[in-house]
Amino acid sequence: MEGHDVSVIPLVELKGIVKRFPNVVANDHVDFSLMPGEVHALLGENAAGKTTLMNILYGFYHPDDGEIYVKGKKVRIKSPADSIKLGIGMVHQNFRLIPVHTVWENVVLGLKETGFILNKKKLAEKVKRVCEEYGWNIDPNAKVWQLSVGEKQQVELLKLLIRNAEVLILDEPTSVLTPQETKNLFKALRIMAKKGRGVIFITHKLEEVFEVSDRVTVMRKGRVIATKLTNEVTVEELANMMIGRSVLFKLVKPAIKKGDVVLEAIGLKVMGDRGVLALDGVNLRIHSGEIVGIAGIAGNGQEELMEVLAGIRKVYSGKVFIDGEDVTNKGARYLIEKGVAYIPSESTRWALIRDMTLVENIALKLYRSRNFSNILTINWRKLFEFSKKLIEEYDIATHSPSKLAGILSGGNLQKVVLARELSATQDGKIPKLILAAYPTKGLDVAATEFVQGLLLKYRALGSAIILLSEDLEEIMMLSDRVAVISKGRIVGEFSPTEKTVEEVGMMMVKGNTALGGRKVCLS
Amino acid sequence: MSIEWIGPVLASTTSIGVVYLLGSLGEIYAERSGILNLGMEGTMAIGAATSFIFTITWGHTIAFLLAGVFGMLMGLLLAFFAVSLRLNQITVGLAITMLGLGLSGFITFPTIRKTVLQTLNPELPSTALETQSVPMLPPVSLSFLKEIPIIGPMLFNHNIVVYITLILAPLMWFLLFRTSIGLKIRSVGENPGMADALGINVFRIRYLTCILSGAFSALAGAYLILGFQPFWIEGMTGGRGFITLSLIILSTWNPLRAVFGSLLFGGIEVLQYRLQLFGLGATSPQFVLMLPYAIAVITLSLLSLESFRKKMSAPATLAKPYYREE
Repeated sequence: MEGHDVSVIPLVELKGIVKRFPNVVANDHVDFSLMPGEVHALLGENAAGKTTLMNILYGFYHPDDGEIYVKGKKVRIKSPADSIKLGIGMVHQNFRLIPVHTVWENVVLGLKETGFILNKKKLAEKVKRVCEEYGWNIDPNAKVWQLSVGEKQQVELLKLLIRNAEVLILDEPTSVLTPQETKNLFKALRIMAKKGRGVIFITHKLEEVFEVSDRVTVMRKGRVIATKLTNEVTVEELANMMIGRSVLFKLVKPAIKKGDVVLEAIGLKVMGDRGVLALDGVNLRIHSGEIVGIAGIAGNGQEELMEVLAGIRKVYSGKVFIDGEDVTNKGARYLIEKGVAYIPSESTRWALIRDMTLVENIALKLYRSRNFSNILTINWRKLFEFSKKLIEEYDIATHSPSKLAGILSGGNLQKVVLARELSATQDGKIPKLILAAYPTKGLDVAATEFVQGLLLKYRALGSAIILLSEDLEEIMMLSDRVAVISKGRIVGEFSPTEKTVEEVGMMMVKGNTALGGRKVCLS
Repeated sequence: MSIEWIGPVLASTTSIGVVYLLGSLGEIYAERSGILNLGMEGTMAIGAATSFIFTITWGHTIAFLLAGVFGMLMGLLLAFFAVSLRLNQITVGLAITMLGLGLSGFITFPTIRKTVLQTLNPELPSTALETQSVPMLPPVSLSFLKEIPIIGPMLFNHNIVVYITLILAPLMWFLLFRTSIGLKIRSVGENPGMADALGINVFRIRYLTCILSGAFSALAGAYLILGFQPFWIEGMTGGRGFITLSLIILSTWNPLRAVFGSLLFGGIEVLQYRLQLFGLGATSPQFVLMLPYAIAVITLSLLSLESFRKKMSAPATLAKPYYREE
């Protein structure tokens, strides 16, 4: 333990925590402590064991070894209910809220002090008061589905604050927020710390560590590398600890002369799942050898745009042309044959069949090709050899193409999807149009670099690429052109060198605040 | 056509509506907590059969109470399979319906019934051992209120169970929407993972609502024979349990709206008898007879569509078992 006064009893102390999962040691003798009044960043790549460690503290997992002390007393935490009693609360990446209930109903659920008959006015008042402490502006009587993502996160925090949780664990809380919402969150976290609570902030973004934390613990491969006072380390030191090698912060993006127009969308209107317009007159034109990044807050139509271009969502009005041919509402099969590759968001769920083997997954778009099948049967031996080649080329960690897809990790699964979509085209040519929805989401640094490099490679080969990303920096870095989408409209188009990340963030939010400050989130 | 028939039609609308209302009150709680009790039909049959036997031996009050107890046992059975063993609720529910219908036929089979009755009360006269009919619950008319035109006969000339049920509906609405236990039940049906994390025992809540729904289903069956149609016929529930399930969807899982839904369904049923009397349905009586079942089939199949469930604000985890993660 370094860097804090030893006379103060830590709120939480984890000693020698070990947690094994079937194939991996997720936590290998981990020590961690949290002092009252501090924001403690827990930094590491994906699968470094951060979330596992916090799920142990939260009572979701049980450690195989090690001890937990809360305010100096040894405790056993068997369930989340136990941890809440001990004053420990966690905000997960996927919110645990009931969208059809009101804010106050979500917040007071299970609270002992409410009594049998719920006094709506009193409880709403109580919630409002806590909101005011942190400068939040939520109507306690609003239904949760009406709230923006940032506000939903505040409701999650309210649940903990109203229970007087002294330890607040936030699992990558900024991954869903706009830059402005992030700023507000950090402000609130500082207020919580000032009041003597302890905040554990799980992140893999270096700059956030410096923005908000007092101390930082770096984890890698299930072990703690170091715990430091934030103002005593540099970005480079942290990055080295986190990755174990120096990071390539800048990608080399060669200049490429863009070619002919590949995709043209004119006045595209599309219905969302809820029967309201998700795209409201989108015009878009993309050339070969060009990456166009679509920046926008989740739920503003970008996913519907991808779906409609992939042929799995119907065009309501407007036209789509590929290579000058009208392909409006032609359907996915036709578009695949035209050379459209689609990497859907949450591709491990929507682009793969986990209970089928890698060969079968790779064959999904290929089996019709005469190279691999005749009129009756599929030539599995040939497919197997081909898959083997792809596995090598994409560096997918598996022993054999006949293993089930479901046993691979997220990063490897994403590579399988990319391999199928980009390389396993029917005619063996490169895809004309690549629709990449959040291709690097949830990947660690190495895998992210691989995917980004792949996109740049296909850009050089002459594919036209549309890129969605939650990471604005990634969009700005990879794109030749950025289009900002808001409420189903393109509200701005520019070269990434023309604007800063903050300016783009403002553009994304602006269109969203028109509804009296309340954002409607479709996703 | 004279106007005099309206009074009796309205009165029997309420009478039969209460069968649906009693059943739906419990079932709404179960569904709000995420349990689809398809065993209603069978549980109703058990309620009718047991109350038929116990009325002969010990009278109305005890018959009602015991029917409720047997209903709870059926609910417990459902809970064990659906909540603890996490089996498919549709399968379990249908199995319970089969079981209930079978058992109700078995215990009321003349020779078996005779033995049962004699064991319970050896002093019973032989007529009581043979009879198919039971004494009906006496009406308690609220003297001056029943003189009000239309509303009077509709609401104020019925037996005590009708009154209790009509009072229960708003009480159970209040319990569901304005109390902490109600919030817990609704939350468990919407997001059991969240409720669990906040220290709510998902399994206990679901056991509770299963048992409640069993009890109310059986009481509906008991009322059917003791308060509406006072003689035993095997299969007398006649699909009313399934109709109740569709009625709950129409009332969007709200006990107050279920009152109107029940009266509507009761009305359809009464009208179908009346139309036959007037000869209107005579050309195609089957069509009118089919109506409630058709509505039941359509709503139940619509319920299996995800988008429809969302639109109707169906409980998000209806019929989905809860696994604690890890």
